Amino acid sequence: MAIKEGGVSRKAFNIFNYVFLFLLMVVCLYPLYLQFIISISHGLEVMKGGITLLPRNVTLATYRAILRGDLFMYMKNSIIYTVVGTAVNLFMSCLCAYPLSRRTFSGRRFFTAMVSVTLFFGGGMIPMYLTVKQFDLMDTMWALILPGAISTYNMIIIRTAFQSIPDSLVESAQLDGATDLTILWKIVIPLSKATLATMLLFYAVSHWNSYFDAMLYINKKELYPLQIMLRNMLIGGQLAEETEMVGSSAASFATTDATLRAGTIIVSTLPILIVYPFVQRHFVKGVMVGSIKG
Amino acid sequence: MSNESVQIRNRRPLAQRFIRALNRDKYLYLIMLLPAVYYILFCYYPMYGVTLAFKQYKPKLGILGSPWASQNGMKYVLQVVNDPYFWTVFKNTIVLNLTNLVISFPAPIILALLLNEVASSKYKRIVQTITYLPHFLSTVVVVGMMTSMFNSTGIVNELLGKLGIGPIAFLNDAQYFRPMYIGSNVWQGIGWDSIIFLSALAGLDMELYEAARIDGAGRWKQTIHITLPGILPTIIIMLILAMGRILNVSYQKILLMMTGSNQSVSDVISTYVYRRGITKADFSYATAVNLFQSLVSLVFVAATNWISRKTSETSLW
Repeated sequence: MAIKEGGVSRKAFNIFNYVFLFLLMVVCLYPLYLQFIISISHGLEVMKGGITLLPRNVTLATYRAILRGDLFMYMKNSIIYTVVGTAVNLFMSCLCAYPLSRRTFSGRRFFTAMVSVTLFFGGGMIPMYLTVKQFDLMDTMWALILPGAISTYNMIIIRTAFQSIPDSLVESAQLDGATDLTILWKIVIPLSKATLATMLLFYAVSHWNSYFDAMLYINKKELYPLQIMLRNMLIGGQLAEETEMVGSSAASFATTDATLRAGTIIVSTLPILIVYPFVQRHFVKGVMVGSIKG
Repeated sequence: MSNESVQIRNRRPLAQRFIRALNRDKYLYLIMLLPAVYYILFCYYPMYGVTLAFKQYKPKLGILGSPWASQNGMKYVLQVVNDPYFWTVFKNTIVLNLTNLVISFPAPIILALLLNEVASSKYKRIVQTITYLPHFLSTVVVVGMMTSMFNSTGIVNELLGKLGIGPIAFLNDAQYFRPMYIGSNVWQGIGWDSIIFLSALAGLDMELYEAARIDGAGRWKQTIHITLPGILPTIIIMLILAMGRILNVSYQKILLMMTGSNQSVSDVISTYVYRRGITKADFSYATAVNLFQSLVSLVFVAATNWISRKTSETSLW
């Protein structure tokens, strides 16, 4: 809205506005930047304090320690959960969204109601926990994937995208003898690629970032995702144990608790930081779609 | 009499129509099968599990088979009501979330209004891109960064020390818990939550501004009389949605921030449910506690709905 208007107060406001927004950007980025410079500084320097703008006595010891330690295994777990979980999410969401998007579907009202109720009511933590337990999913990857197989909110966004495909396309395919399965696979999904890409990213980020489900359902250390490891480093005071695995580097103080923590924060955020600039516009679009017909 | 015959005559075609529809839509029903099974197993079955609050849970019998609790099933509900600690937790939940709402809700609206005043679309886009980023960081990472910055040797206390202000126990002192929690919420959400208000702003009618300028209204007056009323419907809808979520947001973050010394203010209903239910395996008691949370949420949504219906009548003239 580039409306040029005179006036000293107007100019003063504009300057204030630009400066304020600039400071806001600094506040948003600085915490991550700080962790980054801590992670590449020498542990002794970090202990001395005073690292604010630039790293001191730069070393990659922390990252070498991380690569040597068990963190790699947790990272692998996180990648598996994210990939499989997102695939299940997209598959199930598309299956659910397609019938609900067909205006002629006789069960449409019933199933729409069935799905919408879950937006407002849920069992809560304990019944969900007992359900997962009863289905024998504890300490398996599926405990992290099946309970949230469909995010109703995301599914509705997909349904809205499916609905925007002209009926004539579907009808002419039906006249050609295509079944709904073929139509979904060959016409509807390819035409909704943009929305599905957005949903893929939403689902993937939430899998990658989630820690609480794993805290509830996973007790075996070798199945922990990265976020649980990070949580234990921060809270459980299990760092000593982890550093032991990390090995002798602790003796020289090149890596300390602080640098290890910072390094793990950076490593666990890296995938998002790498992907983010490219998909940022898609994210925004997804929110818009959801807000228009949510 | 004629009515009856009409009904009888309609009944058979109805059943036939239903079967025919089933037959015609058989592939759609087939596609719907898996999602329907999912919703029954992982949404409706746990939803039914709420009855656990009135049952004596026996692991071997499962949720469905467990017998009803004593005192007509009210045993655990009465226990909750008579538990003084529950009321502490209840108060904490309301205070924390209302304070959070008062501060976190307007923040993205203000950001959207400020962004709307930026003439350079490039600068605007850069600000948006960067302020959205914190939304995608995991709760664990956010709390981790907060711990690193605000602990006794962290950068914040270091800078304060230079100003002669002694180390402040931001993470352990109970009085700083709410500011830390709410502050990090604003940090994470301000950019992302502004998207929806920005899109509402983009939809406003430019001619209104034109007319206002001719009438001699400055930017400030335009904001008050055109912009804000214009996005009011969006604000109200978002507010009602926020009220619905008011009691169940961010307990995952609270669990990470909780320490022995701030528990007196940081323990909320969900964290209490977690401790009693998961850690101590008091399943029925924890479910009963959770039930109160759902009830209060319902009251909040209904109240906001009522208030907005009253006020939007006056403001949307």
